[in-house]
Amino acid sequence: MGRRLSSRLVVNHLATALCGAMVLVALIPLLSLLWLVVSKGVGGLSLGFFIHRPVPVGEAGGGVGPAIVGTFTMVGMACVVALPIGVGTGVYLAEHGARPFARGVRFLAEVLSGVPSIVLGVVAYAMLVVPMKRFSALAGAVALSLVMIPPLARSTEEFVRLVPPSLREASLALGVPAWRTSLKVVLRTALGGIATAALLAVARGAGETAPLLFTALNNQYWSLRPDQPMASLTVQIYNYAISPYESWHEQAWSAALVLLLLVGLLNLGARLALRDRVGGRR
Amino acid sequence: MNDAGARNARTKLNVEHLQAWYGNHLALKDVSLAIPERSVYAIIGPSGCGKSTFIRCLNRMHELLPGARTEGRLVIDGEDLMKVNPVQLRRRVGMVFQRPNPFPTMSIADNVLAGMKLNGVGVDDAEVRIEKALVQAALWDEVKDRLGASPMSLSGGQQQRLCIARALAVEPEVLLMDEPASALDPIATSRIEDLIHDLKQDYTIVIVTHNMQQAGRTSDFTAFFYLGELVEAGATAQIFESPREQRTEDYVTGKFG
Amino acid sequence: MRRPTDTGTASAAGLAPPPPGPGPGAAVATGDRIWDIGLVAIGSGVVLVAGLIVFELSRTAAPAIDSIGIVPFVTGSDWDPVSDRFGALPFLYGTVVTSAVALTLALPVSVGLALFLAEMGPAFLRRPVSFAIETLAAIPSVVYGLWGLFVLVPVLRSPVEPFLARTLGFLPLFRGPPIGLGYLAAGIVLAIMILPTIASVTLDVLRTVPLPLREGALALGATRWEMIRISVLPYARPGIVGAALLGLGRALGETMAVAMVIGNSPGIHASLFSPGYTLPAVLANEFSEATGAVHVGALAGLGLVLLGLTVLLNAAARLMLVLTTQRFMRRAAA
Repeated sequence: MGRRLSSRLVVNHLATALCGAMVLVALIPLLSLLWLVVSKGVGGLSLGFFIHRPVPVGEAGGGVGPAIVGTFTMVGMACVVALPIGVGTGVYLAEHGARPFARGVRFLAEVLSGVPSIVLGVVAYAMLVVPMKRFSALAGAVALSLVMIPPLARSTEEFVRLVPPSLREASLALGVPAWRTSLKVVLRTALGGIATAALLAVARGAGETAPLLFTALNNQYWSLRPDQPMASLTVQIYNYAISPYESWHEQAWSAALVLLLLVGLLNLGARLALRDRVGGRR
Repeated sequence: MNDAGARNARTKLNVEHLQAWYGNHLALKDVSLAIPERSVYAIIGPSGCGKSTFIRCLNRMHELLPGARTEGRLVIDGEDLMKVNPVQLRRRVGMVFQRPNPFPTMSIADNVLAGMKLNGVGVDDAEVRIEKALVQAALWDEVKDRLGASPMSLSGGQQQRLCIARALAVEPEVLLMDEPASALDPIATSRIEDLIHDLKQDYTIVIVTHNMQQAGRTSDFTAFFYLGELVEAGATAQIFESPREQRTEDYVTGKFG
Repeated sequence: MRRPTDTGTASAAGLAPPPPGPGPGAAVATGDRIWDIGLVAIGSGVVLVAGLIVFELSRTAAPAIDSIGIVPFVTGSDWDPVSDRFGALPFLYGTVVTSAVALTLALPVSVGLALFLAEMGPAFLRRPVSFAIETLAAIPSVVYGLWGLFVLVPVLRSPVEPFLARTLGFLPLFRGPPIGLGYLAAGIVLAIMILPTIASVTLDVLRTVPLPLREGALALGATRWEMIRISVLPYARPGIVGAALLGLGRALGETMAVAMVIGNSPGIHASLFSPGYTLPAVLANEFSEATGAVHVGALAGLGLVLLGLTVLLNAAARLMLVLTTQRFMRRAAA
């Protein structure tokens, strides 16, 4: 009996060790990636890298200025459409809960969240690039907003539903109409969560490459025109990486570092917004 | 069903043949009650007897639940409030809930005036009204130096008094209290009970309580509910000392519930 | 507290039913009606978007589907834009192979990780490891591709693939020149990318296993691993399957990282070492320069196939997660 117990304990320890090993297996690529992006990328980060535009191979200098501005511009443009519709849809889902149409919308939002972003790029291509007969920043922004809206709607809904129903009751009992209650009590209380959801959606948009490849294309020159192709950090990294030039590969690592910093800051902002949520400061 | 002892005082709120449904389930069966002005009316009964449903019908919060329905008349000063916009009714009939629920994103002062601010109504004499409501709720001395603080920094009993101040600031005529002290410790509870005693000089109060001793201590009149029916109602002393119905006597002597 | 990821957590997916929200009796003032109508109007935006996607894709794909025919398109194994021959099979094959490799690698690691975090490991590790998983999820695809291209591929080229060829070369999977780029590289990068999805959903699923179920096993003298094997895993199985399907759905649609390491060569090859192509990767590479309605149409047709696959997979995943909820509810009611 004792021997059987000890062999069962051995199995137990083995299982624990194996699962612990899985944690390490998962962490190794993460650490490798972060270490390499930082170590290979930091060397290329100069002021010129941020403010100059790309130069032909062989010439010194050059940077990803237009790409950084392009990412900010197109994500900004996407936000103009995606934030109101995404947050609005989330509020709609939270308020109308289990009603049939809301169930359908929730299901669709869930499904659309899983659609590959490149497919959404094709849609934006058909919607804008074809009739306009050119690649444009506008098409890129539309593609990005299609990517951002469904997950934003779902996470907004979750955050609004976290507001305790007792607050809604308290407001209604004071003689405040339902719509004012929703706006000034429920949404006001959920504001931190909504900010979190929005920042996460922006981070997602800033990190997308595929939907921009044949909508906004890329642009080696400074341009802010919505009806012209526009550069973006992600597409720039891709183009540099698949090129045959060593100097461009180095710039790819530096640009990747900038992108990770940007996405990291947005995620950090999202986490901080979460802390100022319901419950306030204790 | 049977309501004796309110003859001397003027009736403030008259409930006539109230019925309430949850979906197909009839939760309140033909309740009629006359609530006298400036008194404390306790609603007692075992779990599931319909007392919470009843009090939520009085400010038409019951209708907010999906599938809920009410019928009957609620008459205040001659006007049937089942026919008016419930929002207007709730400005005349306020409610304090079992668990304190101050608005966490507003300061203490803003919470007091929430009934006005949330409706976009400007308040000229804000400071005066805040002080008056907090004095009435016996909270002024404890918070007068930190009106801008978050209500989450207050204790449970203080938060509940803040909710009472918030309800009073709207200047209702009737104040409904749904087990207001059941989430509080005994000391906070007795403060709330003292408060109720003071408030009845100016307001008509209806209080639901599962604590019979509390009903005995604080109320002038008592109504006993059982399985959705109003079994007996009248002066508190009479209900507890010489009840007319057997069910009432069994409940108040502790044979069940 | 756990925050929702932007792909939707398990609780969003099906482990928690939506609460009713304010009842219709709450809408009495005109302001209420306007608010209600306004919300419904915004909500229909999503329906509009869904319709738009299907419409635009179908419209663009029409020239190709009309001239080629659906069945020849899906089963054709030739992709040659120059001679107007478009068959989707090489890309379907590549997508399936890379996703299968990814799932085979990611599932054990994710489940092991989730088990370690939820059941076996010390509590102080939970937050840092969860944070690490969330970081993995937040890294953009193109950065994974960069790392894959310049770090993983050389490592695969030597020593990994030659080693596999020496030891497992009797299998057709591990034959052929080890150039590094190919199905295996793509599969590995995909595995890393879908790991956070599977791990976080599995963690949520593990949390729904009722305490009495665990305690029952422990009270009988089971070791921790035995309790997991007897009580936790069988209960959580449909949920874990759901998590795997969600991960698979993500793997199907990953574009950039795959495009950078798969070698971009349309063909059907048995060996994992050989270069290949996937549905998203060919879209990424060819779309911007495609000319002619048929070429563009064929690419859009690939997009439709990809859309159909991911929607079906997501629906299946949700169904599995709902099954876990129903079990949970039934047991809770009992």
